[in-house]
Amino acid sequence: MSIGVIKYNAGNLYSVKCALNRLNVEPLIITHENISLLDSCDKVIFPGVGEASSAMAFLREHGLDTIIKNITIPLLGICIGQQLMCKHSEEGDVDCIGIFDVNVMRFVSDRYTIPHVGWNSLSLKSGSESLFNSLENNEYVYYVHSYYVPECAYTIAVTDYINPFSAALHKDNFFSTQFHPEKSGKIGDVILKNFLAL
Amino acid sequence: MLAKRIIPCLDVKDGQTVKGINFVNLTYAGDPVELGMKYSEAGADELVFLDITASHEKRSTFVDVVKRIALNINIPFTVGGGISSVDHVEQLLNAGADKISINSSALKNPQLITDIANRFGNQVCVVAIDAKFEDTKWQCYINGGRKAIDKTLFEWAKEAQDRGAGEILFTSMNHDGVKSGYAIEPLRCLHDYLSIPIIASGGAGSVNDFVEVFQMAKIDAALAASLFHYGEIEIPILKQELHKNGIPVRLT
Repeated sequence: MSIGVIKYNAGNLYSVKCALNRLNVEPLIITHENISLLDSCDKVIFPGVGEASSAMAFLREHGLDTIIKNITIPLLGICIGQQLMCKHSEEGDVDCIGIFDVNVMRFVSDRYTIPHVGWNSLSLKSGSESLFNSLENNEYVYYVHSYYVPECAYTIAVTDYINPFSAALHKDNFFSTQFHPEKSGKIGDVILKNFLAL
Repeated sequence: MLAKRIIPCLDVKDGQTVKGINFVNLTYAGDPVELGMKYSEAGADELVFLDITASHEKRSTFVDVVKRIALNINIPFTVGGGISSVDHVEQLLNAGADKISINSSALKNPQLITDIANRFGNQVCVVAIDAKFEDTKWQCYINGGRKAIDKTLFEWAKEAQDRGAGEILFTSMNHDGVKSGYAIEPLRCLHDYLSIPIIASGGAGSVNDFVEVFQMAKIDAALAASLFHYGEIEIPILKQELHKNGIPVRLT
């Protein structure tokens, strides 16, 4: 089985690569320069830590937005990857790839610290069986983010911080998590293994 | 609910973990990657690796060790010690570190905090502060507690936050290594005064010290070193006790 990881201008690719290595998978690193490698992949991960508008500008410039939207193999977006798969983001007021018909919002609170950083619990919804197979409700996963996807028709897991938000989304072959499975200990490993086993 | 974090800190010198008592008389305590894996499996929420010799010997933090840590550990980790440029931060983040911690270099050049936050985001930048209560104020120190500097804890912590620090890691030099509990009062003040997460460091000697610092100072995370290194407190037992006391923790 061949796993691709999309490399663009929003980092943490090395952390995702390390997590896959720990599961005995050596991923193919896919960039706009070797995009044809995608044809040989069975699954692809769209990771990221960064800022939405500059990430979208890079994806558009290199035609990656259209390529990602038209992918037919299972794809897992992580953190900003999830946000870029939505319709629009308040971060830099930018139109995104538009796989999930929902808009990304900024957390607003006087009482809570922003960004939301640390371990928070998952409440699993119907449709979560694929990505969260064998996991109990209320497991903890690791978050670092200031923007969130509200609950919507694609939400398969929810976390509550300031307000309930989409911890994970699913539509057809597209999956995504706001948290970082590659940094979420054993639970994160189970989620990555579940994705690899789809 | 957001969990309170337990963070073992590994002070590293020449590739080996050490722990000082009041910042001097270092004794060796094992391989950092091996210890990190052990802590991760035991339920640590995060790890901090500090290259403690970096400041005064002008050594840069070892990128290869960071890469080894990233390959072997599946929880977030912070790297600190001798980081004084944005390029150095980038090197460490590319090697797999999730956050970097700056201390002396930030006090000498506060603009560094702004530059790191602007380039990589606030969440990447942990500002560590060593301070000692002298006369009537919390005096900041640099170079591993060797040199006093003309700033107090609260004014510096506020400036660090305003410049873009994502978290403050406060070590009370009066409490560090003494094992009689964290510096509750200044920690509570930091928590009330700032809007970013506060990590308590220095002074933990018992499970009750952790319960107390979370309940009384309301801070987000507690860091300790020798207690964990020498097995005086096991992390799973600590987490169970915190849970019993109604403190939200990640039980593994």
